[in-house]
Amino acid sequence: MKERLQELQTEALAKVEEASSLQELQDIRVAYLGKKGPITEVLRGMGKLSKEERPVIGDLANKVREAIATELDAKKANLEAVELEKKLEEEQIDVTLPGRPVQVGGPHLLTSIVEEIEDLFISMGFEVREGPEVETDYYNFEALNLPKGHPARDMQDSFYITEELLLRTHTSPVQARTMGEYKGSQPVKMICPGKVYRRDTDDATHSHQFTQVEGLYVDKDVRMSDLKGVLNRFAKQFFGEEREIRLRPSFFPFTEPSVEMDISCKVCHGKGCSVCKGTGWIEILGGGMVHPRVLEMAGYDPNVYSGFAFGMGPERIAMLKYGVDDIRHFYTNDVRFLKQYHKA
Amino acid sequence: MFVSLNWLKNYVDIDGISPEELAEKITKTGIEVEGIEYLAAQSTNVVVGYVKSCEKHPNADKLNLCQVDVGEEELQIICGAPNIAQGQKVAVAKPGAVLPGNFKIKKAKLRGVESNGMICSMQELGIEEKFVPKEVADGIFVFPEDAEVGASAIELLNLDDAILELGLTPNRSDALSMLGVAYEVAAILDKPVQIPDETVAAVEEKASDYVSVKVEDAELNPYYGAFVIKDIKVGPAPLWMRNYLIAAGIRPINNVVDITNYVLLEYGQPLHAFDYDQFGSKEIVVRRAKQAETMVTLDDQERTLKTDHLVITNGEVPTALAGVMGGANSEVSNETTTVLLEAAYFSPVAVRTASKDHGLRSESSTRFEKGVDPDRVKRAGFRAAQLLSKYANGTILADVVEFDQLDKTEAQVEIQTSNINARLGTEINDEQIADILRKLNFNYDQDGENFTVHVPTRRQDITIFEDMIEEVARIYGYDNLPFTLPQGASQAGGLTEQQLLKRTIKNYFEGAGLMEAITYSLTTKDRATMLVSPEIKAEAVTPVALSMPMSEEHSTLRLSILPEMLSSLSYNLARKQVNLGYYEVGTVFVSNQETVTEQPNEKLRASGALTGEWVTNPWQQEKKMADFFVVKGILEGLFDKLNVTVEFKQAKIDGMHPGRTAQLFIGEQPIGFVGQVHPKLQKDNDLKDTYVFDLDLDYIFDIHENEPSFAKIPRFPSVSRDIALVVDESLRAGEVQTTIENAGGALVKEVQVFDVYQGEHLPEGKKSIAFNILYLDPERTLKDEEVEESYQAILAAVEEAHQAELRG
Repeated sequence: MKERLQELQTEALAKVEEASSLQELQDIRVAYLGKKGPITEVLRGMGKLSKEERPVIGDLANKVREAIATELDAKKANLEAVELEKKLEEEQIDVTLPGRPVQVGGPHLLTSIVEEIEDLFISMGFEVREGPEVETDYYNFEALNLPKGHPARDMQDSFYITEELLLRTHTSPVQARTMGEYKGSQPVKMICPGKVYRRDTDDATHSHQFTQVEGLYVDKDVRMSDLKGVLNRFAKQFFGEEREIRLRPSFFPFTEPSVEMDISCKVCHGKGCSVCKGTGWIEILGGGMVHPRVLEMAGYDPNVYSGFAFGMGPERIAMLKYGVDDIRHFYTNDVRFLKQYHKA
Repeated sequence: MFVSLNWLKNYVDIDGISPEELAEKITKTGIEVEGIEYLAAQSTNVVVGYVKSCEKHPNADKLNLCQVDVGEEELQIICGAPNIAQGQKVAVAKPGAVLPGNFKIKKAKLRGVESNGMICSMQELGIEEKFVPKEVADGIFVFPEDAEVGASAIELLNLDDAILELGLTPNRSDALSMLGVAYEVAAILDKPVQIPDETVAAVEEKASDYVSVKVEDAELNPYYGAFVIKDIKVGPAPLWMRNYLIAAGIRPINNVVDITNYVLLEYGQPLHAFDYDQFGSKEIVVRRAKQAETMVTLDDQERTLKTDHLVITNGEVPTALAGVMGGANSEVSNETTTVLLEAAYFSPVAVRTASKDHGLRSESSTRFEKGVDPDRVKRAGFRAAQLLSKYANGTILADVVEFDQLDKTEAQVEIQTSNINARLGTEINDEQIADILRKLNFNYDQDGENFTVHVPTRRQDITIFEDMIEEVARIYGYDNLPFTLPQGASQAGGLTEQQLLKRTIKNYFEGAGLMEAITYSLTTKDRATMLVSPEIKAEAVTPVALSMPMSEEHSTLRLSILPEMLSSLSYNLARKQVNLGYYEVGTVFVSNQETVTEQPNEKLRASGALTGEWVTNPWQQEKKMADFFVVKGILEGLFDKLNVTVEFKQAKIDGMHPGRTAQLFIGEQPIGFVGQVHPKLQKDNDLKDTYVFDLDLDYIFDIHENEPSFAKIPRFPSVSRDIALVVDESLRAGEVQTTIENAGGALVKEVQVFDVYQGEHLPEGKKSIAFNILYLDPERTLKDEEVEESYQAILAAVEEAHQAELRG
């Protein structure tokens, strides 16, 4: 019987080896391990065996069963994996077809520029302040050393609502308001972005509504060289390390001395080309040391405090940085324009 | 201000410096040179020629055949100018010459006759038509008799000049004169200034026998000087003077007018020449105009005057609008023999008012408006008298008849070297300061580091310490200032909570697929009140309008962002951009006054508009048009992010679709609306179906709590039950949902609509709404009985409240 069992094992294992489908395996399982199979038959004939032989044969029969079952399981797993793989291969999709689109919006170019400027000055310890767009004549002009009848009011023809109210012509009134709030007793370090308005007819280079970002720093012992240092850092971070700045004397009623800042042309690096009209420099912003009258009116003693202020136009900066050729693009909201600046 | 460098050379030495270098230096020192113009950059080989003979062209009526002596040779030239004549000295472009526009002169045959060059007009030599003297505007230019044959016509006409165009800031009116520019250039180059000759040789006869001067308002006219020059012969001014005027952008007229203009440009002092014999009296009276008084000015316009205007009169009628324009009645003409020359100081306010009221801005008024140099008023008069004697045959009468209350004192400003360094961040020493003052031609007293600067009257802009800091800094050179960073205690910069929240909201909208738009705040009167949210409308009494708009298009401040946003949609639709989603965060202007006298309330709103396809996925046949629920979904996402509970209530709002609009509430507080634009308004704006929203951000900012507290993550499973109810079709799902939430008890965590059905298998006028109800107790596993109890309570409640039946 022993021989018979070993024969059966060899025979069954050979068949398992050869089997190529799950059905065949199942048939082998039934044929060898089933109730009517040869191993069961062998076991049935055990009654004829001696007491000593019985457990030996019984043990052997179980081992044979186990060996066959193990092989069957292994082969089954193997065949299943192959079949799954074959089935999955039939499920192929065309990966070159387009994906389901996701709507992605984005910020307006002016917002991107304003926020970049904000973040730059925040990193230098500035806070961001806002103020009303409809201003009083006092804050828009008088508090900035532009009394009624001042010739420089010509420079900023304005949209008046009443004799005392107008759409602000610059964001400088926010400086006056902030200083007023701090009551002449603590340093002010702020920038103020916002919309401003002037009586201009809209064309490629003029817009009756535009954006401004102004900055103000008032403290004890603020020097003009500090203005130069801060603007230099701003220019290099915003426009690139390789750009140089230069300051030129200028005039604003609310600063003295006043400056205009140029940066070296990115195309010719100062040699002169068509982009910078041959000068090598491009005008970026205006500023200066806060006029003592302005400090005084806001409650700061000009003998104790000094400060600097500056202002720039994000539209102009965008036009220079990205070559935008018409200021009206910023306000028509043509999606073909807006989308160009949504890319990171 | 146009500055001829050839002219400037008369006052300051600029030899050896190219126009570009000089421009760069001037710009860096404080006056922006906006351009350099070379009058005859391309012209060569043009000489003075003498027309020896001039005969009709044998084959052409309108052409002349001229023999012209050009020095080394004689040229036969055909000329078509009507004013050509034998004996003239003319500008000849010889063969090989190049004229502006790269026009090359060659030998040619005209109607069978040889022509060896061209006789030129001023225009052909590159002078702008408007500056060409009228008498030669239609023909060739004729030189004075003393012009040397063969000499360079380019040089004689000053076409070898370079003109700097100065962009002057309002404070630098001192540079509105050649002398002022000379002082500036002298300071930059460290050179002396050559003052023009102002001496006059007067006869014994006295001007006071001819005229008296009376000024009634010394404040508006603190100085009036009258010079009398007789024996005048009106004719052309010398060529060099005409050249300089043309270079400065003024058309030469005749010697008398040209001399007053020349001195105006040289000294920055406007002068006026009256024809003495036409003046009408021997008395000059300067007074305020009478209300509604009229006069005819030089341009033949009748002007109606106001008492704010200052006039020069002959005791009876105005003969000039002071500082702005002379009167036609006393204008200098070719017959004038005696000139009454006015050199005066008129107050900037008087001149500005008159020039503004009459829309007359002249070289004269712009200078008076800015304030002329008190020291130069009378000197300019002498200079002009001298030139009139020299170039118009004038005889100068003795003395100036004058009224003089003009303050000519120099401002004194104290500066200290240490204070200047403290303000500039520099280490300039006393000697350097003294040197800068010397270069500027400023007198000063020095005591160690203390300087008392006597500011010359030409620099009216310098009155305080800070003004002198700028003078020192700009001559020292802004380039030489060091770069430093502020020394003050450093503080942390940053955005406020609201500024951060604003950025969060903007980022959310962008993530949700909307593009940021920026529209105009000024709109039309109609659009200003369109699509206004109810809570704004309740407060806004009148829209805020400009007192003097430039156009109706931008006349009124918006009460809603949406109307201009719809315009942007139309703009894009017209350009075939049809699938659009915008948002904008911006201010609207709310005034609660009938007549606006105070600043309006500026309210921060977030608005949006969507139209066209929202999801487009053609090959999978997936397409979703923007609709109410797309917009509502975007808003719900925002409210969820901001952790606020917002209720959508059906509402009717002007301009909105009456059936597809909801007003938004946080508790009782209305915070905006969402819905479809009224189809009629859509059509008016050429729009397809358009869905919009408008939110009150101020209120949301106010109630927003920044730090959400931690809620435990539940460890026990939730239980989900569905319930389908048959209700009247008019019943809103939101109402049923509220009933369910209220009746279900504390264990109900979430109720969600998952199906709405109407049609087959349901009675007429009914619909079925299916809700999913989620039960959860974070502390324990729920028992079936308690869920069932709640479910039954819900059923009973909806039946009672809405006659709802469980759908079988």
